Amino acid sequence: MVNDSSQRPSPEQLLAQIQLEERRERRGKLKVFLGYAAGIGKSFQMLDEGRRRRERGEDVVVCATQPQYPAEIQAILPRLEVIPALKTGESESIDVPAVIRRHPQVALIDGLAYDNPTGSPNAYRWRDVEQLLEAGISVITTVNLQYLEKLRDEVERITGKRAPYSIPRGFLDSSADEIVVVDAPAIESLLHGATPADRAARLAEQHKLSRLRELALLVAASVVDHQLESYLRSHGVDQPWGVQERILVCVTPRSNAAEMLESGRRNADRFQGEFYVAYVQQPALSQEDRAILQQNLDYARKLGAQVEILSGLDAVDALLKFAHQKGITQIFIGHSMREGGWRRLWSNQVDRLIHSAEGIDVVVYPH
Amino acid sequence: MSSSIHINRDEEQTYGQSGRSQLKVFLGYAAGVGKTYRMLEEAQQLKRQGKDIAVGYFEPHGRKDTIAKAAGLELIPRRIVAYRGGTFQEMDTTAILSRRPATCVVDELAHTNLPGSERSKRWEDVQVLLDAGIDVMTSMNIQHLESLNDQVFQITGIRVRETVPDWFVKSATEVVMVDATTGALLNRLKRGNIYAAEKAQRAMENFFKESNLTALRELALRQTAHELELREIASASEERRPQQEPCGAPPSSPKATIDRILIYVCADASTAMLIRRGRRMADYLGADCFAVSVIPLRDHSRLPKQDRDAIAKHLNFARNLHVETRILEGDDAAETIVDFARSNQITQILLSRRNHSSWSRLFGTDLILRIVKEAKDIRVIIVSERRRSNYAPAHK
Repeated sequence: MVNDSSQRPSPEQLLAQIQLEERRERRGKLKVFLGYAAGIGKSFQMLDEGRRRRERGEDVVVCATQPQYPAEIQAILPRLEVIPALKTGESESIDVPAVIRRHPQVALIDGLAYDNPTGSPNAYRWRDVEQLLEAGISVITTVNLQYLEKLRDEVERITGKRAPYSIPRGFLDSSADEIVVVDAPAIESLLHGATPADRAARLAEQHKLSRLRELALLVAASVVDHQLESYLRSHGVDQPWGVQERILVCVTPRSNAAEMLESGRRNADRFQGEFYVAYVQQPALSQEDRAILQQNLDYARKLGAQVEILSGLDAVDALLKFAHQKGITQIFIGHSMREGGWRRLWSNQVDRLIHSAEGIDVVVYPH
Repeated sequence: MSSSIHINRDEEQTYGQSGRSQLKVFLGYAAGVGKTYRMLEEAQQLKRQGKDIAVGYFEPHGRKDTIAKAAGLELIPRRIVAYRGGTFQEMDTTAILSRRPATCVVDELAHTNLPGSERSKRWEDVQVLLDAGIDVMTSMNIQHLESLNDQVFQITGIRVRETVPDWFVKSATEVVMVDATTGALLNRLKRGNIYAAEKAQRAMENFFKESNLTALRELALRQTAHELELREIASASEERRPQQEPCGAPPSSPKATIDRILIYVCADASTAMLIRRGRRMADYLGADCFAVSVIPLRDHSRLPKQDRDAIAKHLNFARNLHVETRILEGDDAAETIVDFARSNQITQILLSRRNHSSWSRLFGTDLILRIVKEAKDIRVIIVSERRRSNYAPAHK
């Protein structure tokens, strides 16, 4: 294993790391089964894991269930201990004090995204979970994509609907130790909802579900990518190494920026990858060039790119240095449109970039 | 200037359903994530619904939970094969065909049959079952997918030999990801649920390194999303839906121009990687895809024999991945390629960073730069072999 001493963390970082680890050790662990729709098997996978853990001797307790379960889940439930939920009219909430008194190793909570009945000590179930974790009880729970605040906009773009409640951005990022995606074909889960009568509407519904399913997989992939990165970093490896695409579009005042930027955005979206745009400062730009450049950079920001203005005597060196820092996997670059001396200079740069970008794809855009 | 020799055009590609039978692939990222368990669970559900289901092959690996899941399912006896003084068991495809269940469970799709078997690969046996109208549920790991062979090698340092061609997986009705956290997987390994103790220890030092597993897991998640997208693209173009605008959902990728991809085939070993990449790109874009090589005009022997052999091997590989192939004649490879690209409306040219064959070096000019210069109106992609960083397993 390579250990680069220049990557060694500072004492302050170490201390923060230790404190975080101590807090983590006292706290229970949170594991989340993430799915894209009701009825794809999250509950089964979670409860079945609970059963296996119990049979291995872990102290596992069910604290919240869904109102209706298919046969295969009903077969598991009798093999698990259940702490009954509190009932307030129609709605149920976790009996937090009872769970803390019982203090199991693991609490199974089917359905994380619930509001508690008015008057409950905690307004939201995720706060109950937080409390259990603080008490040192590990929690395994299930959640649907559309209830994550982080993904609300994206889900709304697909379904046209906005979920009534949500799990705040910070909760999963800081609390969840592990996320498992529960995957199943869209067609099977369709049967659970109201099935529209005509074929076109049914296909449209199925198409939406497929897109949600894809989103769930890609979200899980990017969570995993971050885990990989932090694992490598904690082992003294700085260079990003996952399978995530990181795209860098190089703009100049003269490049055909719009096409490259849009294509960069699409590529980054498709892979849930990262999208950078860089410009290397050049001396003595004309008024006109400055205006075009500004336009290009504005457009890049509008498309959500992370824009970097680089400086350096040598444009190619500056770009490559930046690319290696960020672990760029693809560089987009344009042919120059301008004739004359500048053009020769630019095509030299393109040549050198192609030659030196070892380990990175170079995509040369026509104009 | 250059002439085109048309060789072995692929027979009409018949992706999608083979007959009416359904193929469902359970995709995992390592042994022990729970593919077989999940598959048997589904088989049990189908059985409860009264479906006619049988297990053609499953590999219990002595795992208690998995064996319990198979209880009550009909197992079709395996074929006993004598080979080099030992006896081995293989799936009995003939027996499955005569039993003819509606659905058959076949574990370990990437398995290579013993020499002397009727077909060399299990996926070919599965193809036979599908052709006979039997639905199949099967399992495989991400590292066995042909087009990801390079990426898996870069991640793990291990060159996987048993692969399943992408077009076969693409023909599946459904690909489902079977996920587990790497932590859970390593725990299973430590408890001895996956391999016996000694093998488990070796596994953890090699393939089952946490970093490897995490990267493979990410790869599997992305591949499943990719498979899903392919099916969406296919069904969208099949349906040619009347303009429905469901609740502000953006229209599904309107495709103005059809992309056409050219993969430049040369003798260099990196060409295999280039072909895999080109195939994946074409799948994403729904694009046409050509693998094209250039040989010297008239006197082919000016190209050294080992180069000609390597090119022939690469073209053959391209055909196996269902990429159309062409051999062009010309003394200037860059010009020949660009001419071909223009007259065939190619929109993207894929080149490997390492494209030198001893012959093209004769020109003394850099082929990549010449193509980039000539093909001003075409996107040119110079593909690198993704390097493993300095973080690498101690040995392979």
